[in-house]
Amino acid sequence: MSSFLLEVENLKKYFPVTKGLFSRVAGQIHAVDGVSLRVKTKRTLALVGESGCGKTTTGKTILKLLEPTAGKIVYNGTDISAYNPAQMKTLRRDMQIVFQDPFASLNPRNTVGGIVGAGLEIHALVPPKKREAQVAALLEKVGLEPDYMKRYPHEFSGGQRQRIGIARALSVDPKLIIGDEPFSALDVSIQAQIINLLEDLQKKYGLTYIIIAHDLSVVSHIADEVAVMYLGKILEFGSTKTVYDNPQHPYTEALLSAVPVPDPLAKRRRIVLKGDVPSPLNPPKGCRFHPRCHHRFEPCDQLEPKLIKIADNHLVACHLR
Amino acid sequence: MDKQTPEVTRAYESQFRQVFLRFLSHRLAVAGAVVVVMLLGLALFANVLAPKDPLFLDTSKRFIPPFQSWTNFLGTDEVGRDVLSRILYGGRISLIVGIAAMFATVVTGSLIGLVAGYFGGKIDNILMRLTDTMLCFPQVFLLLVLAAFIRPNLVSIALIIGVSSWMEVARIVRSQIMYIKEQDFIQAAKALGASNAWIMFKELLPNSLAPVMVSATLSVANAVLMESYISFLGYGIQAPLASWGNMLTNAQSYFDLAPWLAIIPGVMITLTVMSFNFFGDGLRDALDPRLRM
Amino acid sequence: MLNYTIRRILLAIPLLIGVSVIGFGMMHLAPGGPLAVYTLNPTITAQDLYRIEKAFGLDRPIHVQYVKWAYGMFTGNWGNTFFGGRPVREVIFERIPATVLLMGSAFALAIFLGMLIGIAGAMKRYSIFDYIATTGAMVALSFPTFWFGLMAIFVFADKLGWLPSGGMFTLGGEEDLIDRLRHLILPTVVLALVLVAQWSRYTRSSFLEVINQDYIRTARSKGLSGGKILFRHAFPNALAPLVALMGVQLPWLLSGALVTETIFSWPGMGRLFVDALNVKEYPILMGMIIVTAVAVIVGNLLADLINALIDPRIRLS
Repeated sequence: MSSFLLEVENLKKYFPVTKGLFSRVAGQIHAVDGVSLRVKTKRTLALVGESGCGKTTTGKTILKLLEPTAGKIVYNGTDISAYNPAQMKTLRRDMQIVFQDPFASLNPRNTVGGIVGAGLEIHALVPPKKREAQVAALLEKVGLEPDYMKRYPHEFSGGQRQRIGIARALSVDPKLIIGDEPFSALDVSIQAQIINLLEDLQKKYGLTYIIIAHDLSVVSHIADEVAVMYLGKILEFGSTKTVYDNPQHPYTEALLSAVPVPDPLAKRRRIVLKGDVPSPLNPPKGCRFHPRCHHRFEPCDQLEPKLIKIADNHLVACHLR
Repeated sequence: MDKQTPEVTRAYESQFRQVFLRFLSHRLAVAGAVVVVMLLGLALFANVLAPKDPLFLDTSKRFIPPFQSWTNFLGTDEVGRDVLSRILYGGRISLIVGIAAMFATVVTGSLIGLVAGYFGGKIDNILMRLTDTMLCFPQVFLLLVLAAFIRPNLVSIALIIGVSSWMEVARIVRSQIMYIKEQDFIQAAKALGASNAWIMFKELLPNSLAPVMVSATLSVANAVLMESYISFLGYGIQAPLASWGNMLTNAQSYFDLAPWLAIIPGVMITLTVMSFNFFGDGLRDALDPRLRM
Repeated sequence: MLNYTIRRILLAIPLLIGVSVIGFGMMHLAPGGPLAVYTLNPTITAQDLYRIEKAFGLDRPIHVQYVKWAYGMFTGNWGNTFFGGRPVREVIFERIPATVLLMGSAFALAIFLGMLIGIAGAMKRYSIFDYIATTGAMVALSFPTFWFGLMAIFVFADKLGWLPSGGMFTLGGEEDLIDRLRHLILPTVVLALVLVAQWSRYTRSSFLEVINQDYIRTARSKGLSGGKILFRHAFPNALAPLVALMGVQLPWLLSGALVTETIFSWPGMGRLFVDALNVKEYPILMGMIIVTAVAVIVGNLLADLINALIDPRIRLS
């Protein structure tokens, strides 16, 4: 196994905006605009940013739940960017996702057992007779009673439902799990439990994580490396310690100094942005952040800064450096 | 473990109970449901309940008015057949056709709506154009033309009624599917590697059942109405087999002699349609906030 | 507005094409084909059949037939009837006024009465009146129109003798307005029953939705009287979905007209349809299917355009 389980190169995902009688393409939403990442095996990468910066889209595109518009996705040394659904099917076992909204991520009409066992059934991992036992084992792994499997999702609290979602992700023996803001919809005390659960699972099963979040404080505990995202671009990247102790980008500084609390539910409409963040339909020229930057100077509104290495395992995209 | 933490597990009553209780609060809906069950019972046990063979002619006993004797409680028709028996057997026929037609409608409409809603794009476009086009034909015109082409029996009549009424169901299912498919649990299924068929039938369809149930109930009402009309005109259930509709075919000519021949079958049709309508309406109200997951 | 109109018309065109294809397909898929009526006649030989086929152009490939037929439809040449050889278009068109009269009267009655009941119900929600009206509407919706017609004839024509039992006017009598009106009443009421029910329900729910909006509350707090609120604020806004309902009801109206005309021997399109059906007069059937479908398409188009005129939100979207 290479040291990087997942490598993403210049990933782009645009959504066309249609207008008019014949659905003319009037513009593109640059949700993900040239993102490059690397995740070390058995480590955790945190992808942070405000609502609507494109982090969820990045996560979904990496998993090929959305087709990339451009760029490369390399999983375990293999380029999967152009894989079709049939080719992806076996690979899907390796890469799973845990969602943000514990209420929308579980099918209300299925039993917990059905939900957690779905992966087992789809990939025929265990014979039908053994499935119940396997589901029980999975539930125990995430700290739930095995006889919960006969119940329905609405009978459980948010934290419990999130555990069910994690059990589902684990059911197919993945190597990579993408957590799309898995803590955002939970109460603070529950957040801690889930974080601990994820850490335990990572140690036990050698999992690699990409955790997408907007709350830097939550993420600092679990992440080995951090990538800061804004309007579809990575602004800063480095190990957690380096970035938190020595943030180089003005945006990172701003994030660290205040804890933004955007409404987690609003970001489900990842295309439409509200508030001060400019629309990804028409991103600002030059550095994307420059309209809001305190340190803005001459080249910022003309030239887009490239991601450059300023120290060992610390990259930043800013003209200041 | 979970037990150590004092997580507050919200006490949800099961969804079914909530819907059920809401349904019960609508008296008319309950009345409708009760009548529906009674009618189904009458239809099911027609052969046990009917005093006579509905096809048995006795020209010596023509035009006996109802409520005169116990032997022909609802009277006899123009060739001496017992009206009560014909009503019971006719009811069985009409209800069978109604329910069969409902299945044809719901299955066709659901499939089309499911495929259109799930795949979107060109497929959706074509299917919706088809649906819109079919909706341009007034149902009775369409039905009659089709009825004139086929050899009328229970199955064929049910099928043509299905062909002329699936459009509404398709629309309902499609809009429900398009709403649901954006939900995370569908994405989760895709991430697990589920096939399109799996997602459509195991994840999407069960969540669209609520509005479909309402549609199904109302479509029985419509089907009974349609069957009775085409049978009345002679294109549906053929004599001597009884259906409430064809019992009315000659009723107009016997108004003076035997008005009950026109009144009784019509009352049964109205009662049936009414009870299914009330039932369906009550279902819709009970499911209302649940119509969208 | 012009933009919207053009868009809307463009959307109607594929519908027209689709309708013609399906109509044509139906006719030709019929067992026995369009010449079924002839195949039933034992005196017609296979030779004769072949000649008739050629004469009607039925031996050409199906898409050619379709194009010829569609072109004919478009230019007003709808062929001739099997029996009597009259031009189909003429036969159909001479029946249209009667149907339009019936549908129009029923529609007008339905809107007037339905809206009255609906608005009254909305204003006095949960009152006895409202409860009776709502339940009554549900009951009325369940009445088979043809049976209701039969009963109406039975009560008002046979038993009470107040109104005639059928036809558009009294044969051989004075064809004056009173006579025509007397003949019009029963069929109109019968046809309108279900429509009144639908309109009252729709109006009621549409008004209820509007009344509960904040801008009505504002108007009320400004001291405006109930009547003023009703007409200047509530009414225009509740109107839009109702115009849409008009479009949706058109197919229903046509179906109902067919049923009513058969019961009351009303000399309209519906009656013609059933008569043609009985003798398998395919040209008329085809023509009528197309006419009714086109009427529905045009009706919906008009309803949408009127709606866009009333509700600026629609044409600006």
